[in-house]
Amino acid sequence: MSTTDTVRRPRTTTDFDEELIPRYSFVERVNHWFGAATYSYCLITGLAFWTPYLYWLAAIVGGGPTARFWHPWFGIFFVVSQFLMFLHWGGDMEMDNDDRVWADNIKAYIENEDDKLPPVGRFNWGQKLYFWAMVGSTILLLLSGFVLWYVEAVPWSIHILRYVAILIHASVAVLTIGLFLIHVYMSTLLEEGSFASMVHGTVTRAWAWTFHRKWYYEVTGRSRPKQ
Amino acid sequence: MSQASTEIIRISGHAGAVPGAGLNREFQVCKLVDTTTCIGCKACEVACLEWNGYTFTQTSFNNSYQTMPETAWNYWNLIKFNEHERDDGSMMLLMRKDQCMHCEEPGCLEACPADGAIVQYANGIVDFQEAHCIGCGYCVTGCPFNIPKFSPEAHKVFKCTLCNDRVSVGLEPACIKACPTGCLHFGTKSEMKELAEFRAEQLRDVSGFADAGVYDPAGVGGTHVIYVLHDAKNPELYGGLPKDPHIPYSVWLWKKPLKWLGNLAMIGGIVGLALHYLRVGPKKEEPIPPEDRGPS
Ligand code: HEM
Ligand code: SF4
Ligand code: SF4
Repeated sequence: MSTTDTVRRPRTTTDFDEELIPRYSFVERVNHWFGAATYSYCLITGLAFWTPYLYWLAAIVGGGPTARFWHPWFGIFFVVSQFLMFLHWGGDMEMDNDDRVWADNIKAYIENEDDKLPPVGRFNWGQKLYFWAMVGSTILLLLSGFVLWYVEAVPWSIHILRYVAILIHASVAVLTIGLFLIHVYMSTLLEEGSFASMVHGTVTRAWAWTFHRKWYYEVTGRSRPKQ
Repeated sequence: MSQASTEIIRISGHAGAVPGAGLNREFQVCKLVDTTTCIGCKACEVACLEWNGYTFTQTSFNNSYQTMPETAWNYWNLIKFNEHERDDGSMMLLMRKDQCMHCEEPGCLEACPADGAIVQYANGIVDFQEAHCIGCGYCVTGCPFNIPKFSPEAHKVFKCTLCNDRVSVGLEPACIKACPTGCLHFGTKSEMKELAEFRAEQLRDVSGFADAGVYDPAGVGGTHVIYVLHDAKNPELYGGLPKDPHIPYSVWLWKKPLKWLGNLAMIGGIVGLALHYLRVGPKKEEPIPPEDRGPS
């Protein structure tokens, strides 16, 4: 990592660079925040059941029994948001060859040397991975969550189901929490302009050119310059 | 337990030692169920309902004397009837009073996430505090005996209290009080253990039950309800009493290694991301070079 990064080039953008182009439709944004809110509710209540040190989290959403009552319902709402997200973005999330090269050079991305990476489409490899991991996890959380939800519906003869369900639910939840932390960090702190894009639905041309160059060429209608 | 605080240790104007000083008091209580003298009259079932204020509810008939298939959230005490064919072809009706075993190492308590929903008293009673119960059903997963039962109406879980309310004021549990044959006993753990062993020996030596013995499973650290069985080698015969009960391995895996790995990963993740930001800082948009600029 080099300390000269910040002075690498003069950072002057033109008015053209700062012109806004649409990135997320209104419906996509509403659904994204619906997913974020329902996931956060599951996260807060789930962590309360996860460890006594965080049991106080239940108090901020109305107490233990209330948290227990709503957690599965918000889980269902989250599943709905994931399903809609799948409809919105599933197509753009398919991996291509550039993604594989990108993944092999992820170290450059982590060290903010993005110019060493192949050009990126609407979403980069990390976003795609996050998307598919969340889709898979949602299915596992839903299935295992259902077993835990209706306590009286699982007869003693198959109570092994409860053992399996709690192990799956807790481990998959922790996995998604890890991914979620990375996701929140990258979109609020790390990549400037990302958070605003999900709020306003627009990004600057420069942002698109910097982080999603293939998509920039696509939406601005210019073909990729020959190398 | 309550007597412990009023034990006299010094007396004013008293010549000689304090009476009773140095006496070894045992506070661990125990219920002894002698299945060999149970006649299946269900007096204990009724006494339990009466004392705990439940009314009888509808049940199903399953070609058996048994009141219902298993204990319920509002039916904590159930005689399990089991027809057993012996080696000589004769039939035996094995009857076992099923209720919470009040484990020394209770799986229900180990699994429960709610502060104060399950407590274990020094006398050995494991008691649910419904006011703190959130109805998650984790205790159902933790118990090796299928005892805690979820009430869909209350959204909470209920089970036998070993009549903690009676025991704490020096009374014996309601079921013990009602039993007409004396097959139920209540006392200190060591007394009950001694009585049970004596009875098992009697069964072996006098009644011809060579495998008679006492059920006080070590896997859960012993229990505060113990059984005398004609056939201690096959407790499963008595309506599914587990041979070697213990807190399920999956519950241990979930509550111990998974919790610590998960906590480490979450805290490590947050610290890692903070360090990443401090080290490489934000990604900023770059100016578009002239060849990519301008109208296409
Ligand atoms: C998909 C639908 C979901 C259903 C039906 C569901 C259901 C449940 C149920 C029934 C429990 C047992 C405790 C309780 O009910 O409060 C539970 C625990 C938990 N859930 Fe969910 N849940 C879902 C989604 C999620 C999501 C999205 C998360 C994300 C963080 C999550 C995280 C947790 C955690 C951490 C626990 C505690 C595990 C433990 O105690 O070790 N759940 N869930
Ligand atoms: S029998 Fe079940 S409910 Fe009773 S103390 Fe043991 S683990 Fe808890
Ligand atoms: S249902 Fe109640 S008693 Fe059982 S584990 Fe959950 S909070 Fe504890």
